[in-house]
Amino acid sequence: MILGRSFEDMCAQMYYRGKMFGFVHLYNGQEAVSTGFIKLLKKEDSVVSTYRDHVHALSKGVPARAVMSELFGKATGCCRGQGGSMHMFSKEHNLLGGFAFIGEGIPVATGAAFTSKYRREVLKEADCDHVTLAFFGDGTCNNGQFFECLNMAALWKLPIVFVVENNLWAIGMSHLRATSDPQIYKKGPAFGMPGFHVDGMDVLKVREVAKEAIERARRGEGPTLVECETYRFRGHSLADPDELRDPAEKARYAARDPITALKKYLIESSLASEAELKAIEKKIDEVVEDAVEFADESAPPPRSQLLENVFADPKGFGIGPDGRYRCEDPKFTEGTAHV
Amino acid sequence: MAAIFLGVGAATALSPSNCFDSKKFQLSTRRSLSGRKPWFLVVRSDGSVNLGSNQRSRRTQQLITNAVATKADSAASTSASKQGHELLLFEALREGLEEEMDRDPHVCVMGEDVGHYGGSYKVTKGLADKYGDLRVLDTPIAENSFTGMGIGAAMTGLRPIVEGMNMGFLLLAFNQISNNCGMLHYTSGGQFTIPIVIRGPGGVGRQLGAEHSQRLESYFQSIPGIQMVACSTPYNAKGLMKAAIRSENPVILFEHVLLYNLKERIPDEEYICNLEEAEMVRPGEHVTILTYSRMRYHVMQAAKTLVNKGYDPEVIDIRSLKPFDLYTIGNSIKKTHRVLIVEECMRTGGIGASLTAAITENFHDYLDAPIVCLSSQDVPTPYAGTLEEWTVVQPAQIVTAVEQLCQ
Repeated sequence: MILGRSFEDMCAQMYYRGKMFGFVHLYNGQEAVSTGFIKLLKKEDSVVSTYRDHVHALSKGVPARAVMSELFGKATGCCRGQGGSMHMFSKEHNLLGGFAFIGEGIPVATGAAFTSKYRREVLKEADCDHVTLAFFGDGTCNNGQFFECLNMAALWKLPIVFVVENNLWAIGMSHLRATSDPQIYKKGPAFGMPGFHVDGMDVLKVREVAKEAIERARRGEGPTLVECETYRFRGHSLADPDELRDPAEKARYAARDPITALKKYLIESSLASEAELKAIEKKIDEVVEDAVEFADESAPPPRSQLLENVFADPKGFGIGPDGRYRCEDPKFTEGTAHV
Repeated sequence: MAAIFLGVGAATALSPSNCFDSKKFQLSTRRSLSGRKPWFLVVRSDGSVNLGSNQRSRRTQQLITNAVATKADSAASTSASKQGHELLLFEALREGLEEEMDRDPHVCVMGEDVGHYGGSYKVTKGLADKYGDLRVLDTPIAENSFTGMGIGAAMTGLRPIVEGMNMGFLLLAFNQISNNCGMLHYTSGGQFTIPIVIRGPGGVGRQLGAEHSQRLESYFQSIPGIQMVACSTPYNAKGLMKAAIRSENPVILFEHVLLYNLKERIPDEEYICNLEEAEMVRPGEHVTILTYSRMRYHVMQAAKTLVNKGYDPEVIDIRSLKPFDLYTIGNSIKKTHRVLIVEECMRTGGIGASLTAAITENFHDYLDAPIVCLSSQDVPTPYAGTLEEWTVVQPAQIVTAVEQLCQ
């Protein structure tokens, strides 16, 4: 969680210094949800996120260096600089994105869960019990893709957990103004799956519910809908002036900061000392500094990278007038070919 | 020369007797770029008599004596040992699908009514019984989500074929097709491949009404990262289906509602068609006619008339709608210097529009006349039969256009 918080704070700094551009959505305040869920997963389990995906990537194991480079648009980024803030992918860590349109990732997550079931039942890989987690927000819960996937996941008992990060605001649209029945967890049983509501500012409570949902999926009992009540301390994105939200509301949730709460708990139950916690913070600061340094020093993508990953099979660019495949044209690898 | 025209005269508008008189199996020892492309057997249906080495041998000047094969010819020339077998286009699609599903257990089908119902056009009939309900998945009516599900499955190792019951329904899946299908390989920096095939019937049928008569190829053509192919004969339907499934790229395979019952004799041996190549249907000298899907048959019907009037049109079925096979097309233009495009897309922003631009850009110097493009009217397809007929290009219009072009 500390890594998530420091990283995001550093992102803000870097953005205002002109090192990263575009739309950057920070996760401050919601760290408990990411940590609570993702730290229970195996490497083979998949995570699908939204544009607010930096911390999901970090929790899943993508190195801070790779994420920071990606944000700087460098070739050493996890997506070679081609994805950016909203499209974090990692095949190694099974992070399936990073999606800019809301709700877009939920069917993809459903597909990953489908593969897991297919592997077990059709390909007869008996030990395949990979679980997929789909993270999305309260605004998404009014979108058709959400409901369509709840239906399909419950219908086929797919090993997926739908995690709603309900931070009450979709940019400037309050959840209460957009939703007829704001209690999202109740929508689970309507589709035939259990729905839970949990305090998303308390990492231990999240972890408890997450454990049960993930185990359920692993056993093959089907999907679960978990609504985490959480809050984002910053605006929707770094471009959002965040003027609509009531300062009193912000103060209330700031008092429930998941990191402060966990620190307090650890110290009071003598599970860790102040010094140990300070050491962790220091270490994380070093990791984040190192990530920034690495990203700064990395080279931006060369022109030759322009056309490389459009097609997995570059023959897809077709046959040119001279009879050769366009991808055989030397200008193609230089990135200057006009396709 | 007389023999050729008699052969052409024998062909009917919807007959599938096409140029496959010399289906020699040609080994494509194409240099593999990444070193990991599997070797496969490619049969060119351009009637090449040359068994090429590693270059695709292209017939340029010679005319094939029986370009539009009659039944006797095709039986004799199909292949050395076997006669081949006759089937309908939808059966050819199913055969291709079944062969690929047998070959690779990761290949699966998902769509509405593909399982127990066997597919609304019977392309997947019997497959659910053979492979089970999970491999031939009946989905609820949620195009956007099950297409997205197919994409997620493709990213995690499966090779799904998503069927749109009618291509028009895939408009609901445009979000997933454009954003995820086309783009994910790129935005993930090449980490995830999406070997998905999206297929379904489209085009103007018999009074199906405006919404069931849509031609989506023009809407999808701008999406980067996808390939589009259109099948028109049982032979290329099976070949393209297999090639699309084996391709690592996302491929959209356009079928046509009215072509499913075409009958043709196809080889017993395994073959696939090249996704990026066009098909030479009838070589000629006077004018190049570029077409695809159902319009191929209107063109061939017009060709009968034209031949009787003394013209010698070269007909090419472009097959690959994105990307265009500019080599085959270019060679033809360099020979005839006149181009007529006949398509079923709308005039505005259609495949013909893109093709016109591509030809002008690349072969302007070879043209003796402006490119003529015959497309459907920019009209929502009416229900009434008479009106519907007038929205789509008819053989008489093609004949007139060629006559004007060749003046």
